[in-house]
Amino acid sequence: MPVITYRDALHDALREEMQRDDRVFLMGEEVAEYNGAYKVSKGLLAEFGEMRVVDTPITELGFAGLGVGAAMVGLRPIIEFMTWNFALLALDQVVNSAAKTLYMSGGQYNVPIVFRGPNGAALQLSAQHSQSWESWLAHIPGLKVVTPGTPYDAKGLLKSAIRDDNPVCFLEGEMLYNTKGEVPDEEYLVPIGKADLKREGDACSIITNGKMVLTAMQAADQLARDGIHVDVVDLRTVRPMDVEAIARSVQKTNRAVVLEEGWEIAGIGAQVVDYIQRDCFDWLDAPVVRVHQADVPMPYAKNLERAAKPDVPKTIAAVRKVMYLD
Amino acid sequence: MATKKKSTPKSDAALDRKLLHDMLLQRRFEERAAEAYALGKIGGFCHLYIGQEAVSAGTQSALRPDDYVITTYRDHGQALVRGIAPRAVMAELFGRVDGCVHGKGGSMHMFDRNVNFLGGHGIVGAHVPLATGVGFAIKYRGGDQVCVCYMGESVVNTGAFHEALNMAGLWKLPVVYVIENNRYGMGTAVERASAITDLFKRAEAYNIVGAEVDGQDVLAVRETMTEAVDRARTEQVPTLLEVRTFRYVGHSMSDAASGTYRSKAELEESEKRDPIVLFRRHLQEIGALTDAEYQKLDDELRAAVQDAWDFADQSPEPPLETLFEDVLVETPSDAMAGV
Repeated sequence: MPVITYRDALHDALREEMQRDDRVFLMGEEVAEYNGAYKVSKGLLAEFGEMRVVDTPITELGFAGLGVGAAMVGLRPIIEFMTWNFALLALDQVVNSAAKTLYMSGGQYNVPIVFRGPNGAALQLSAQHSQSWESWLAHIPGLKVVTPGTPYDAKGLLKSAIRDDNPVCFLEGEMLYNTKGEVPDEEYLVPIGKADLKREGDACSIITNGKMVLTAMQAADQLARDGIHVDVVDLRTVRPMDVEAIARSVQKTNRAVVLEEGWEIAGIGAQVVDYIQRDCFDWLDAPVVRVHQADVPMPYAKNLERAAKPDVPKTIAAVRKVMYLD
Repeated sequence: MATKKKSTPKSDAALDRKLLHDMLLQRRFEERAAEAYALGKIGGFCHLYIGQEAVSAGTQSALRPDDYVITTYRDHGQALVRGIAPRAVMAELFGRVDGCVHGKGGSMHMFDRNVNFLGGHGIVGAHVPLATGVGFAIKYRGGDQVCVCYMGESVVNTGAFHEALNMAGLWKLPVVYVIENNRYGMGTAVERASAITDLFKRAEAYNIVGAEVDGQDVLAVRETMTEAVDRARTEQVPTLLEVRTFRYVGHSMSDAASGTYRSKAELEESEKRDPIVLFRRHLQEIGALTDAEYQKLDDELRAAVQDAWDFADQSPEPPLETLFEDVLVETPSDAMAGV
């Protein structure tokens, strides 16, 4: 099977879906002539023209709302945020317009739109450019929230998101764009709302999503050297969340670590823990442990940033804690 | 870039009749809505349109059925003129299943796909980018429709307004942005909120056409709007049209018509230019309307609104199982079936 980058997987998904459906267009800052701030849209302007690959002014609220209006009357916009940090300016349109119009209109106007871009921290970008927004977005009924962690999932989920008739927030990982993985040549889709058991074990379940899938897999590799074999449950989609996949794994391993990139309070992990206590209370052998970003704005200095971020050593320590090994 | 029009009376009996009908229907409807609100039949926020009827009637008379209309939370009048039945609007106000959005939206969120009425939106300014998007979609498809976006004058101070009009001017999108300048954003007078009070002049910043018109003169509104719509349809040139009007009631049902932020004298002065009175007088002066004809129309509209009230009163509440409906739409499985 061909091995390609996460970036190219996203690019191929965009290109294939734009070839398939001429209602699909891509709009955002630097997506056209510049070929995308992260080069995800490289070559698309040349292939599809300026009506379908549209450079915008720096005007997130404006072009997010433009996308919603276009979607209401039959187009299928893909709105690229250069990063989800900038999407905060557009959040009113995502929440109040995209997510609610179907309900407010009594089912008359659906909004088939994809809001996509990199989410979470890269390296030393400090407080305003290093944030994970999936828990904010997952809070909102009317949205789907997708966080692919591998090239295979990135391509299959983006194609599903573009074909979905609802607003989908698609959160990519800036640090994932250069990661590589197997992606088949033939067409495939990854369904929204289905988790994936990325690795099987019996000692503990690591439940995670997005960029942290890579961290969980690295932690699992190291733990295996000590004879500790863990399940890695990749949620892939945080809204809707695959509750059955969580329960299946935790009822097997009886222990859980929930790993997420964002902050602790009202985070994705808090919701996962709630599902676990509802569905797995009698199966648990230890309290669930969460791994997450420190409860501070992201600092700049290398050592402070490292201390703030969830990582492999913290994940391993959490697994050992729920196993009462330390 | 700015144009200003005075009313130039033309005799078109059918059109005159329609304009009078549309204005008077809104007036009679809103009077009863206020009554229903006082009786507790309507809940939540309720923003009435009384005084502004010439804006909706005049501007929408310049549209085709396949054009698009999007507006704010002060949407009853726009909805009625666009063709949503009084029964469906009143039932929505009453929170009943036969409302135009089946009790999910209420006063602020009227929608009707059958007449391309894209809503009733509740966040000040947020629907303006949506209108730009509709204009983008029209251009994308190569159509000749027009999108009309209504807004109160306080919207021009939002970032959303600026961002949306900049893109419309940049890309030449077929949108007419209509400012319904009723002088007060809730209780704040326009001169206390905007650095310039000739709001249409903001069009200069976006390289689009700015125009203003007397919003109490329905024929002038229609004429100016017709030019703007033609410009959008044939030349893809957007217009920012400032329509100067007045609301004779409070911002919503929770504030008095005068006494707090505007004086009784100011209100009474404005009522001398009631758009319905002015148009009725004009029609009588040109011999196009008799007192008896006016009375007959008024009786018919009062009866139609009573019918809407009775219908709404008898319509059931939405079934509880609809609570979870229309949060998401089912994507057809064939869309996910590969290429």
